[in-house]
Amino acid sequence: MARRHLTGLLAGGALLLAVPAAAAVDGRALLEERCASCHDLTGPAPTTVEGVWSRKGPDLFYAGLKYRRDWLVRWLQRPTRIRPAGVYYGNHLRVDAEGHDRVDEASLVRHLALTREEAEAAADALMRLRAKSELVRPGAYQPGRISLSMGDLMFGKFKGCIACHRIEPGYGGLSGPEVYTAWARLNPDWVISFMRNPQAWDPRSLMPRLPLKERDLQRFVHYFKALYEDLQQRGEEEGDHD
Amino acid sequence: MTERLLVAALLLAAAWPAEAATPSGEALYKTYCWQCHGSRGTGHGINAGEHMSVQPRDHTDAKYMAARSDEELFRAIQEGGPAVNKSVLMPPWGGALSDEEISRLVAYLRDLCRCRHGAAP
Ligand code: HEC
Ligand code: HEC
Ligand code: HEC
Repeated sequence: MARRHLTGLLAGGALLLAVPAAAAVDGRALLEERCASCHDLTGPAPTTVEGVWSRKGPDLFYAGLKYRRDWLVRWLQRPTRIRPAGVYYGNHLRVDAEGHDRVDEASLVRHLALTREEAEAAADALMRLRAKSELVRPGAYQPGRISLSMGDLMFGKFKGCIACHRIEPGYGGLSGPEVYTAWARLNPDWVISFMRNPQAWDPRSLMPRLPLKERDLQRFVHYFKALYEDLQQRGEEEGDHD
Repeated sequence: MTERLLVAALLLAAAWPAEAATPSGEALYKTYCWQCHGSRGTGHGINAGEHMSVQPRDHTDAKYMAARSDEELFRAIQEGGPAVNKSVLMPPWGGALSDEEISRLVAYLRDLCRCRHGAAP
């Protein structure tokens, strides 16, 4: 804000009118300065396991294909935990008295938060990162519905996804991102592509490539939508945990 | 043209060692299998819990593991639980790991259980 005042004083009102508000923050520079230490903005994804172990945050070089812009703007101002065990999960473990692995909560840091203006500029810059766009077919997801009980069955009993993903706060596996906010966060066309072949996006993805038919892919996205609607109805919104 | 071929060959040569170095069985297990089987291989990974109707196998259980041939272990890892009449909660890794990597995992499982097929200590 202060910077914009200064520009106004220096250049006079005419220039200020001509410059759109978002120009006050250079989104790309902000990403380089404050995000690149943890997020890969250029790719490619690591091909070695050491590359996985040293990863400090999810890859963002295809952010423009993966996320919904409105979610980015909201989340960057008020970030919540998405992966209960962080990135990479193996660096956030402790072993309890019974010899069971637990998430070492103390090792998980809070994500930095941006101001509204910064979040808008960062989201714009992120939406321009579109590597691997050939893997996403616009319109691949065809809107539809599935009952929560049928979705639970598919995600649990039939395909075993529940082992790694939470379907509601506090319930499900911990190594993958929560899926009950996936609908709000992600571009459904990208989700279809990722589920079909996680290794095409990240050769060392911790998610295995599971045998899914086209119909299964569609139904999983319907399910994520149903989970999110259910969450909203219960008034929990996006991860109010953490 | 030849110049471009040369550049391509150089690039390939530079990329090759990293691609070709197959990780050790231990490194692969740490990356992919700890999620469920745990950092001690005993089946108590962070994903274990009541949401799983079948708990991850204890790979240090010599008696159980000695009853499995290397081929069966390979198949369970490559094609997932259902291929060996086990739970879908054991996923198939064939789409993520090469045959060589899976063989290394089988060898590492033998280190973990300190056993081989048909011979529990
Ligand atoms: C100290 C390391 C660190 C820095 C610096 C950092 N991030 Fe992150 N970021 C993370 C981690 C770790 C996660 C995963 C959080 C989770 O899943 O709970 C994450 C998650 C995200 C996500 C959600 C990704 C997803 O797929 O769930 C976005 C978007 C994001 N960061 C953007 C940014 C931006 C923009 C900046 C710079 C303004 C930034 N991050 C700076 C570590 C960092
Ligand atoms: C072995 C654990 C594991 C299993 C089983 C698994 N996933 Fe994943 N999944 C992950 C991890 C870890 C990620 C994060 C991406 C990564 O690390 O490569 C992920 C990412 C995702 C994403 C993207 C979510 C995001 O916020 O970025 C979706 C969607 C997804 N998985 C759906 C599924 C579905 C559907 C199934 C079952 C058919 C499934 N997963 C099975 C571990 C798993
Ligand atoms: C998503 C959780 C999960 C992940 C990740 C996972 N496993 Fe499993 N695994 C299981 C479960 C659950 C069982 C028990 C299945 C049963 O007894 O029906 C199992 C069983 C096994 C078995 C025994 C099969 C048999 O014949 O009884 C082997 C071998 C095995 N896993 C190897 C691995 C290896 C190697 C990895 C890493 C590449 C791995 N698992 C990753 C969940 C997982």
